[in-house]
Amino acid sequence: MATQTETLSGVTTAAVNRKKSNLLGRIALYSFLIIFTLSYMTPVFSALLTSVRTQDDISLNGFFSAPREIVLQNYAQAWSQGGVNKYLLNSFIITIPALIGTIFLSSLSAYALARYRFRGNRPIYFMYVAGTMLPFQILLLPVFLLTNKLGLYNTYWSVILIHTAFQLGFCTFVLRNFMRTIPGEIMDAARIDGANEFGIYWRIVMPLTVPAIAAVATLEFTWIFNDYLWAIILLQNDALKPVTAGLSTLQGQFVTNWPLIVAGALIATVPTLIVFFALLKNFDRHQFSGHDDGF
Amino acid sequence: MAVTSPTVHQKQKMNWTPYLFLIGPLALYLVWIIGPMLYTFYLSLTDWDGISPEAKYVGLENFEALFSSLGRRVPSAFEYSLSNNLKWLLTFITVPVGIGLGLAMVLNQDVKGDRFFKMGIFLPQVLSLPVIALIWSYGVYSPRGGLLVSLLNMGIDDPPAMLAEKHLVIWAIILAAAWRQVGYIMILYVAGLKNVDPTLLDASLVDGANAWERFRHVIFPLLAPVTTIVVVISIIDSLRSFDMVWVMTKGGPANASSVLAVLMYIQAFNNYKMGLGAATAVILFAISLVFIIAYLSRVMKDELEY
Repeated sequence: MATQTETLSGVTTAAVNRKKSNLLGRIALYSFLIIFTLSYMTPVFSALLTSVRTQDDISLNGFFSAPREIVLQNYAQAWSQGGVNKYLLNSFIITIPALIGTIFLSSLSAYALARYRFRGNRPIYFMYVAGTMLPFQILLLPVFLLTNKLGLYNTYWSVILIHTAFQLGFCTFVLRNFMRTIPGEIMDAARIDGANEFGIYWRIVMPLTVPAIAAVATLEFTWIFNDYLWAIILLQNDALKPVTAGLSTLQGQFVTNWPLIVAGALIATVPTLIVFFALLKNFDRHQFSGHDDGF
Repeated sequence: MAVTSPTVHQKQKMNWTPYLFLIGPLALYLVWIIGPMLYTFYLSLTDWDGISPEAKYVGLENFEALFSSLGRRVPSAFEYSLSNNLKWLLTFITVPVGIGLGLAMVLNQDVKGDRFFKMGIFLPQVLSLPVIALIWSYGVYSPRGGLLVSLLNMGIDDPPAMLAEKHLVIWAIILAAAWRQVGYIMILYVAGLKNVDPTLLDASLVDGANAWERFRHVIFPLLAPVTTIVVVISIIDSLRSFDMVWVMTKGGPANASSVLAVLMYIQAFNNYKMGLGAATAVILFAISLVFIIAYLSRVMKDELEY
């Protein structure tokens, strides 16, 4: 805006001078941003660089030496011998049912809390909101004991159930606020047409809530996929571990081969990176729970 | 009369529909979240070892044991954990918040290609904590061939092994965690800045305010709701910290990098002191509760304005 008005009145020398300093300011701004962002990503670059070198090369010649050779075998080894392929599969086996479960159940409670006046509405809503902030440690021991009692300890179900339950709080919070913005007239019209309450929820409200569900599902995917604590508490068998916990096994198995460990860690990030870009697209098109997003 | 009576009748009749929608999710939530939370309170008052069938009620003994361990010449694990959580918290509400806000301000003045910068800085937030921990442990801090050590090597003869040095280790971990946090804060502030009314900025421009005055007296006060959320999230995240420490050091060397969550894990699952572990969890919960209430009152305020 400011530059445009100046271009129009750019006849006076004062204005020309200001334009010059503006240009310098812009150059300074972009140089700062480029240097900052690139140096900010240095740990990622250094991990990438480490992952394609051999252990001997790094420890003998140091980080800043030119790599003797670029090797991709670390990735291949981490994938097959390190078991990252198996761990990644486990991550999906845990994340997908938990994601579907938590979205479905929270949409039910969100609908009740958004569209009905009843005793207990506010307290239940605030319970969910407060629950999103709980430190996991307050649940750790009893949940561990409960899974033992129910015979679920060391099964996929233990982690699936705790994620489904814990994430209910945040999903209900977001979906309830979104559902409140849907005009009530649409539901009244359906009611007059003879739709029952579940039909209104399933055929009218849910399709209208899809944008919010898409946004919350992408966030939840990364959160559940990236969980580490519940996996190490509830899963003992290495064959069941998701990739976050599997990386620790990898770390123990290849103590003296850092490039391989780092390569495994980088493979583990691929699914969340893909979802992140999907999320960016989603955020472009939709408003998230009434707030503008930052991208 | 005949017209009003059905509505009166309808009002008196209890509407069960919302409860039918709620019963499934609520049952799950009560069994897996609320119940376990209450059970932890109970466990914290016992001396249960996780194996014997009976847990003996010991009152506040576990809490007394923890607090009496404070102030020794050699700090106890609890003292290390408490002070490390505090260091983490203070760093989180200042450094990433300051940098995140600064970046949001810079990127808010219609920068071309702003998405590239935002994505680059937000990227670490997408990676899981164990991955961040491994990248920093091996790529940056590793004593032989790590980036930082190689950098320091150019100036100092014998650079410290960051994760083995008692006084440095927690800062090394916090630095890696803060690195992940900045992008998140930045995005929250960028979103907040989009909602700042530009006419207010124009008004202050007319009044002759310089950039700093505009920020100090106009923008920053308008961002207050975002700042509340940002600070609460930063505090809760710093109190929850476990993954980074567990992957990088397991709380070592000699408890120097322990935090309450790590201490709780070790007490309960390595030392079979379930009561003591539960008491540590309760202390962590009590500290969080202050901020949960602050956050909740914010949400409630929005709710009443609605």
